[in-house]
Amino acid sequence: MKRKHKRLTFAGIAMLLLATAAALILSAFEDSIVFFYSPTELAKQKPGPDLRLRIGGLVEEGSVVKPGGAIVSFRVTDMRNVIAVRYKGILPDLFREGQGVVAEGRLQNGVFQADEVLAKHDENYMPPEVADALRESGQWKGKDMETEQ
Amino acid sequence: MLHRFANPTRFLRLAAAMQPWMAALTGVMLAFGLYFGLFDSPGDYQQGESVRIMYVHVPSAWMALLCYTALAGSCAVSLIWKHPLADVAARATAPIGAWFTFLALVTGSLWGKPMWGTWWVWDARLTSVLILFFLYLGYMALDNAFDDPGRGARASSILALVGFVNVPIIKFSVDWWNTLHQPASVIKMGGSAIHPSMLMPLLLMGVGFTSYYFWVLLIRIRGEICANKVRSLRLRQVHEQPSADDLSEEAS
Repeated sequence: MKRKHKRLTFAGIAMLLLATAAALILSAFEDSIVFFYSPTELAKQKPGPDLRLRIGGLVEEGSVVKPGGAIVSFRVTDMRNVIAVRYKGILPDLFREGQGVVAEGRLQNGVFQADEVLAKHDENYMPPEVADALRESGQWKGKDMETEQ
Repeated sequence: MLHRFANPTRFLRLAAAMQPWMAALTGVMLAFGLYFGLFDSPGDYQQGESVRIMYVHVPSAWMALLCYTALAGSCAVSLIWKHPLADVAARATAPIGAWFTFLALVTGSLWGKPMWGTWWVWDARLTSVLILFFLYLGYMALDNAFDDPGRGARASSILALVGFVNVPIIKFSVDWWNTLHQPASVIKMGGSAIHPSMLMPLLLMGVGFTSYYFWVLLIRIRGEICANKVRSLRLRQVHEQPSADDLSEEAS
């Protein structure tokens, strides 16, 4: 075997081992790498009232209530489970019913008390006219946005 | 075939001929891309005009990954086949890739504040791209940390190859884990999720950024080869001088 073939085999094996090690580490730390939990995962885990965590999902249609004083309450859904969220503060521009949201806070008495709310944007990009046309023709594949002004 | 063009002298001749063409392609593509992206494309139905940040952010992020792949490839060739041009190409690629990564991070942050409501979060995509930036910086620091450039190239090449595991992690981070960052739009199952009127300027910018990389890469490789020549000439001078001094001393 020539020296460069030896080096090639060595480098190939080393990269393979490295990739395996990385895959093992990442799968072992999966719980701390995920940015948020879905309502279904939360229902399974039942975290204590002092654990700070993030939840994410879609803002349920018609669930946003603003009783005043910068307080907002809404429900986050993943289409299987729903969780009620209460938040006091300024909402990001993209916060809308039917759109993705990530909230950080604590789960207390079944209500998620959020102290930070981030909007999650999806991967769809299109001009407003196209979005309207898709909705009118009934070909809208995304979430419904009719409540949006 | 590959060895034919990997000869530095032949490469220099080819690079000199290609350089103006790459410059022209870059200029034309960026001019069209920026014009369509900033003036002649619609705003987004959700993001409004902020969507235009995408025309710089997304190609920068593509280039950050492409440059790192090129860097790791060159380093592998340099370690395994010991080709001198591979070392030069790796050293020339690293700062370009680092700047693209920086640009992707900064434009992403500028988009994140109005859209997500935050400049930065530690989700899998953002964190892995920050690690990519540090890998570039680490590669460059290690490359220059040795007096003997050969040893520096060897150590930094190993670092670059080890860091290559990060590239697929960045690409698939949005699919493997819950992230705040949105999943891929252009290449996805069931066709692109970007309307053609927005995809066109994005692709123009992508081609422009790629040809910019090759243009600057050619300039940097040519500069790097010249610098190597100067270094070896100086070394020869230094080695010859003492003997000349000895001779003159003996003569007087």
